[in-house]
Amino acid sequence: MSDIAIVDIIKPENLVYEKTKLMTDKTLSYCPGCGHGTAHRLMMEVVGELGQENDTVGVAPVGCSVLAYEFMNVDMQEAAHGRAPAVATAIKRLWPGKMVFTYQGDGDLAAIGTAETIHACNRGEQIVIVFINNGIYGMTGGQMAPTTLPQMKTSTSPYGRDIQTMGNPLKITELVAQLPGTYYVTRQSVQSPAAARKAKRAIKKAFQNQLDGKPGLSFVEIVSNCNSGWKMEPVQSNEWMEENMFPYYQLGDIKVDGKLL
Amino acid sequence: MGELRLMKGNEALAEAAIRAGTDGYFGYPITPQSEVIEYLMAEKPHERTGMVVLQAESEVASINMLYGGGGTGKKVMTSSSSPGISLMQEGLSYMAGGEIPCIVANIVRGGPGLGDIQPAQSDYFQSVKGGGHGDYRLPVLAPASVQEMSDFVPIAYELAFKYRTPVLIVSDGLIGQMMEKVELFDQMPRLTDEEINEKYPWGTNGKPKGQERRILTSLDLDPHKLEKHNFKLQEKYRTIEENEVQYELIDCEDAEYIIVAYGSSARISQKAVQLAREEGIKVGILRPITLWPFPKNAIDELVVGGVKGFLSVEMSAGQMVEDVKLTVRERTKVDHFGRYGGVIHSPEEVLEALKSKIIGG
Amino acid sequence: MTEEIIIAGFGGQGVLSMGKILAYSGIMQDQEVSWFPAYGPEMRGGTANVTVIVSDDRISSPTLTAYDTAVILNQQSMDKFEETVKPGGVLIYDPNGISKHPTRKDIKIYTIEGAKIAAEMGNTKIFNMVVLGGYLKVKPIVKLENVIKGLKKSLHERYHKLIPLNEDAITMGMKNVVEA
Repeated sequence: MSDIAIVDIIKPENLVYEKTKLMTDKTLSYCPGCGHGTAHRLMMEVVGELGQENDTVGVAPVGCSVLAYEFMNVDMQEAAHGRAPAVATAIKRLWPGKMVFTYQGDGDLAAIGTAETIHACNRGEQIVIVFINNGIYGMTGGQMAPTTLPQMKTSTSPYGRDIQTMGNPLKITELVAQLPGTYYVTRQSVQSPAAARKAKRAIKKAFQNQLDGKPGLSFVEIVSNCNSGWKMEPVQSNEWMEENMFPYYQLGDIKVDGKLL
Repeated sequence: MGELRLMKGNEALAEAAIRAGTDGYFGYPITPQSEVIEYLMAEKPHERTGMVVLQAESEVASINMLYGGGGTGKKVMTSSSSPGISLMQEGLSYMAGGEIPCIVANIVRGGPGLGDIQPAQSDYFQSVKGGGHGDYRLPVLAPASVQEMSDFVPIAYELAFKYRTPVLIVSDGLIGQMMEKVELFDQMPRLTDEEINEKYPWGTNGKPKGQERRILTSLDLDPHKLEKHNFKLQEKYRTIEENEVQYELIDCEDAEYIIVAYGSSARISQKAVQLAREEGIKVGILRPITLWPFPKNAIDELVVGGVKGFLSVEMSAGQMVEDVKLTVRERTKVDHFGRYGGVIHSPEEVLEALKSKIIGG
Repeated sequence: MTEEIIIAGFGGQGVLSMGKILAYSGIMQDQEVSWFPAYGPEMRGGTANVTVIVSDDRISSPTLTAYDTAVILNQQSMDKFEETVKPGGVLIYDPNGISKHPTRKDIKIYTIEGAKIAAEMGNTKIFNMVVLGGYLKVKPIVKLENVIKGLKKSLHERYHKLIPLNEDAITMGMKNVVEA
């Protein structure tokens, strides 16, 4: 082994993995083990594969992914908390030829921005919404989210989410699927290579819908982990997600080509 | 001469929006300004110029649509009335921070809270002192006639893009609801997408080939960088203060007393001046056209010129009077008169206040 | 010349549109005009009023507390606006439905049987044009030809066929206004 130099290994013919071209060189600010980085990467791969590098405008949220615009190498706007769908609505209406997406977490999309989410979906804005649901407020230090599971402990539900006093976890994805304005609604995950490949196909379908001018909004939820907020090791958090999150937030397409499944 | 019409202030504002080449209007109905979006919807501006008009789900959504649209370099506008404008303050702060141009028209009504739907001028502080969080100012134009409701739209766009800032048009229910003769300016073309990219290279509308992508944000987590950004903003505000003050002097040549009044109050005060002059009282009006930047120098010159007293007439409990006092600095008498909560003062009341608070006070 | 007018009555009597036509007529002869309605809750409960100013000069206050002329079309408005007519000014009213007639001695008072004449002409909707005719007889501030031009401007084209009827109504109003 010792007589093989590194230069002999790093050759184009040996390439099995490379940095996504539409991701910047900036080091991701996410915790090791978090799903955000994978989701970013899948989206930017799709934008590149669809040849939309110069015709895409993204809208970043407030939350852990507030700095998404630092990593996604396309034109980006940073919206106020929850307002990304309104911001994206105007961009798309004024530049109908451009591909427009929002990237939002559960606090941004399903709590403070519920009205903007519902109404952008209901108007059938031709945009893509990618919704990362990890059941917790990561950036502010692990508080309860609208999607926090019953009995789940967070810093604002330290004894577990009591649904009698704290309400039920919000399945906003099922909710928006009921609206005539949504064209494609799906729930995916990115915790394994297989899951990520599947999620990428969903993201691509969503962007392709927009590119094809399909009537309505494409909505991709990604159920993700938050190992820091959940106070777990990354692997453990993914196992916990599969055992606890997936039964409540069931994976798979909910609405395809404007039809509920 | 342009086309003459009899229009409500709100309608003139809407027609001017179309003619000024607005790309997108995003709004939400609220009395007393709902005619703006009603007029726009009826006019089908999409057929006239390609302009987009959208009724948003709230004022919060409207202002964020302006953020999105304005951030791409398009001309965008909204209008509302006091409670709706309060909802927009968050968005305005973000737009000031992100340096996004737009026009926001406030057809002010009585407050605080839900207040009423009658004319008021009690949003002065909110308009000229920033309004939302953080250190920022917005240029504020105050039309005093239906004609100016139309004329100020292209002027506001010019300021908005020159300085990359939201610009407020602050009017009230009186000017919004009344009809006057208005000479409409000719249709200005909307910019093409290519023209926008040439003029406003900061617009985030798709990364130009072979160039760096653009980011539009008001966030910078590094306090030193954010301070630097603030220095830049403050420098911009100083430039605006130096160059963009607009005001009108009415009957001030021989005036011993000055009424400072804008918008509706300036109109009502003109009648008061007529009545006063019939009695031999030499009074004139300083009408700020820009509420910010405030016409400090004009007031200073009047003080130096020997004016014996200033009466700030506003349909508020006394807001602009603070700026008058800051400029006069106790060199002569300053007081305030105004009815508020939606009550419009009469010219006779203004004259009476001038006599009791300034001349004999 | 500056004429400051209040027109007041019930909603549905065409108070606002009468004011609008008058304002448009002023524009047709190069005058400055303003039209300011009471709006909002003041309109609820069935009353409507509008301040119209027609002037050769720039108009100052579009709202006033004293008027050269008051055109009054119901009792509530009589109660509210009789006292607002400037001394030497004019009050024109339709006696139909008025129980307490105006008593001021320092103003000129006229009546116009607007409702009755409109009914006789077979169209109650032209009531306000009859009243406008009465007003213009007393205060000929705008020429009839400019009123017709103003009508054309303020009416949608599909109503232009009604302009001759409106003109007749104005003429009838001019003929039938009488000093009280």
